Amino acid sequence: MPLFRRFAENRGAVAGLAVLAAVMVMALAAPLLAPGDPMATRGQPLLPPSAQFPFGTDMLGRDVLAGVVHGARISLVIGLISTAIAVLIGVSVGAIAGFFGGWVDDVLVRITEFFQTIPSFIFAILLVAIMTPSLTSIVTAIAVVTWPPIARLARSEFMSLRRREFVEAAVLSGLSRPRIIVSEVLPNAVSPLIVMGSLMIATAILTESALSFLGLGDPNRISWGYMIGAARTVFRQAWWLSVFPGLAIALTVLAINLVGEGLNDALNPHLNGRAKVGS
Amino acid sequence: MNALDVPAPLVAIRRLSVQLGANADRLYAVDGVDLDIKPGKILCLVGESGSGKSITAHAIMGLTPKPLACSGEILFDGDNLIGLAAEKHRAIRGRRIGMIFQEPMAALNPVMRVGRQIEEVFRYHGIPGPHDERVVKLLADMGLPEPDLLRHSFPFNLSGGQRQRVMIAMALALDPELLIADEPTTALDVTTQKQILALIKAAQKQRGMGVLMITHDFGVVAEIGDEVAVMRHGRIVERGPVSQVLGDPQHDYTRTLLDAVPRLRPRKREPTGEREPLLSAERVVKTYSSRGGWFAPRRTVAAVQDASFTLARGETLGIVGESGSGKSTLARIIVRLLSADAGQVRLSGVEGNMLDLSSGELAPLRRRVQMVFQDPFASLNPRRTVFEIIAQGLLAHGVSRQAARQRVDELLRLVALEPAAAARYPNAFSGGQRQRIGIARALALEPDVLVADEPVSALDVSIQSRVLELLDDLRNRLRLGMLFITHDLRVAAQICDHVAVMQRGRIVEMGPAADVLFNPRQDYTKLLIDSIPGRGAFARRPQSVPND
Repeated sequence: MPLFRRFAENRGAVAGLAVLAAVMVMALAAPLLAPGDPMATRGQPLLPPSAQFPFGTDMLGRDVLAGVVHGARISLVIGLISTAIAVLIGVSVGAIAGFFGGWVDDVLVRITEFFQTIPSFIFAILLVAIMTPSLTSIVTAIAVVTWPPIARLARSEFMSLRRREFVEAAVLSGLSRPRIIVSEVLPNAVSPLIVMGSLMIATAILTESALSFLGLGDPNRISWGYMIGAARTVFRQAWWLSVFPGLAIALTVLAINLVGEGLNDALNPHLNGRAKVGS
Repeated sequence: MNALDVPAPLVAIRRLSVQLGANADRLYAVDGVDLDIKPGKILCLVGESGSGKSITAHAIMGLTPKPLACSGEILFDGDNLIGLAAEKHRAIRGRRIGMIFQEPMAALNPVMRVGRQIEEVFRYHGIPGPHDERVVKLLADMGLPEPDLLRHSFPFNLSGGQRQRVMIAMALALDPELLIADEPTTALDVTTQKQILALIKAAQKQRGMGVLMITHDFGVVAEIGDEVAVMRHGRIVERGPVSQVLGDPQHDYTRTLLDAVPRLRPRKREPTGEREPLLSAERVVKTYSSRGGWFAPRRTVAAVQDASFTLARGETLGIVGESGSGKSTLARIIVRLLSADAGQVRLSGVEGNMLDLSSGELAPLRRRVQMVFQDPFASLNPRRTVFEIIAQGLLAHGVSRQAARQRVDELLRLVALEPAAAARYPNAFSGGQRQRIGIARALALEPDVLVADEPVSALDVSIQSRVLELLDDLRNRLRLGMLFITHDLRVAAQICDHVAVMQRGRIVEMGPAADVLFNPRQDYTKLLIDSIPGRGAFARRPQSVPND
């Protein structure tokens, strides 16, 4: 499989993939690694890291390690679902705008620009505040503020592809427009979209952390951003409360970015300088 | 000839080799080439795509892509240009060796006035200004109108021919001893090509410089060359004076190439008797208009004006014209990829005007008019297998997958490809094979009319003739009516029964091919025929293998 081989040539991407895999395993195995409710009190408050609590405890005596392990679930779930929704909206809008052009394009581009002109994080805060904080409202808010760049990318890809002769040939063969969009044009536009989507997962995780930090996270679930937000008042007395979830966020986001770049190099070999010259 | 009379070569290339990367289809792009470029002569380096002719020229300029390793010697005035220090090479480039490229739009800076770009050459080589007079004189020498005004225009304001003239002015600004021209007329129309070739020849004579002309077209060689070297797979297979090589080629490959050059001569074909009209167009009009902005007025361009023609079953109608003549627009209207503003298109067996049908009414009729596209690389979806590409129409029309597979096998055999090709992706095929796949796709739905839009213009000559033979044979066997769009009158002469000549959206002359091409009545048609490069030389040359 040449795609995988090209991906494996990039050491950073492989390292990123390994870290990401570890985070995923941690999220899946959370009930085994840290059984019980991570929100429950386990010992004395504000214990520094020790053999019993490797990451220490917080001001309510909760195990920080359990919080980090369970927090991985929320971060990944929110990152994946919100990006999936954003990609779905973005690609549909971009594909229709780019393929049909004309007034359809005008209308859809105006709508996209409307969403893009609102500062995205403030917009996300507003949406979560209106819908009351919960998993669903956070996912919705992140998806709503992140789809416009995907729509623009999909639109430009579709605009250049729909003029290609193979699309004209498909029209002459009698294929319906939705068939042409989905089965002829989309497969040729998919590589840059995958790359952008993978990088957006990282942004989504950061946005979720920031929302939780501000107290707009799902109150029933522990998350990395919430842990850091709760620890900010005792930051100087109990460094372990913010450092470990902070490291978790940084490592995960870095890993996803590395994987995204590796995918970019593997899917578009002619774009990077290392491509072999020949033919 | 006495050895003392032979002047020292301007550039002597000895054992030049350029190694390709590990994954290339051969080890060397250029493989041990020896070549002398003599002062005051035009040397043509001819070959098909991938023969290494361009890489050889780029090696002289020191412009080969980084990872390619060059070895051997390129001797120019005592220096070996291979491995020469970059700054010494820069001093030679532009001042002593000038170069022009195939696509002048890509070679000129789009956001800088052309006069400034020519001035840069002087400034870069440390010649003190002001340069205004020099620039104006150069542009005037290139035969550009109103050089004093033209130097203030941007490249996009100029026509393709004018841009190439500006490029030549830049290359000749410092009176180089050698001009390297890499396919300088390939992107131009025939009439412009003739003018540019004449300009290069005149400039060469006047300055007594040497010219290395890279081309794939033996017509160009016959038109301006003094000497010719034929390249194949990185090696030179034959060289000599043009008259000798063209008149009496020694190498088989040269002979094949020369025979493949389409020539303007009448087609031997008995008239089919009664014409059975299949498709007719009447007064078709198409106007393009740019969207007017708040301050810019709407601009309209008449792409097709009052075009009328009739196409009969089993007959090929050629539509010839230069770029921008509206021939491709007309083809796309006929297959209804574009809508027309006015006019009628009638297909036998269909009531009413094809142009008025809604897309729903049109859907079942689409299969009767199919198209073969120009670009064999852009016209096949790279993400689908050949089977899926050819069968897409069959499957869309409700044919079962199994029946489609059988039909695809038949079609592949019809276009002389192995049925095993069906499982592979388009990137496994060469340009000529891809064009055959495109033809198979067009024939899948058993059309009555085949519209071929420049189907061979992107192919090498030796492949061109085979694809043309295939199209002709299919038209004959399947009794197709074929609308053949081309800019090349020689190709039209080879395949068309009737020819329509288009100029600026109008059909200016139409009739049987023998009348239009050999007894033209319109000045424009005469001009087109006169502009065919190397026409005289090829008319005299007997063909060694009869084509029919």
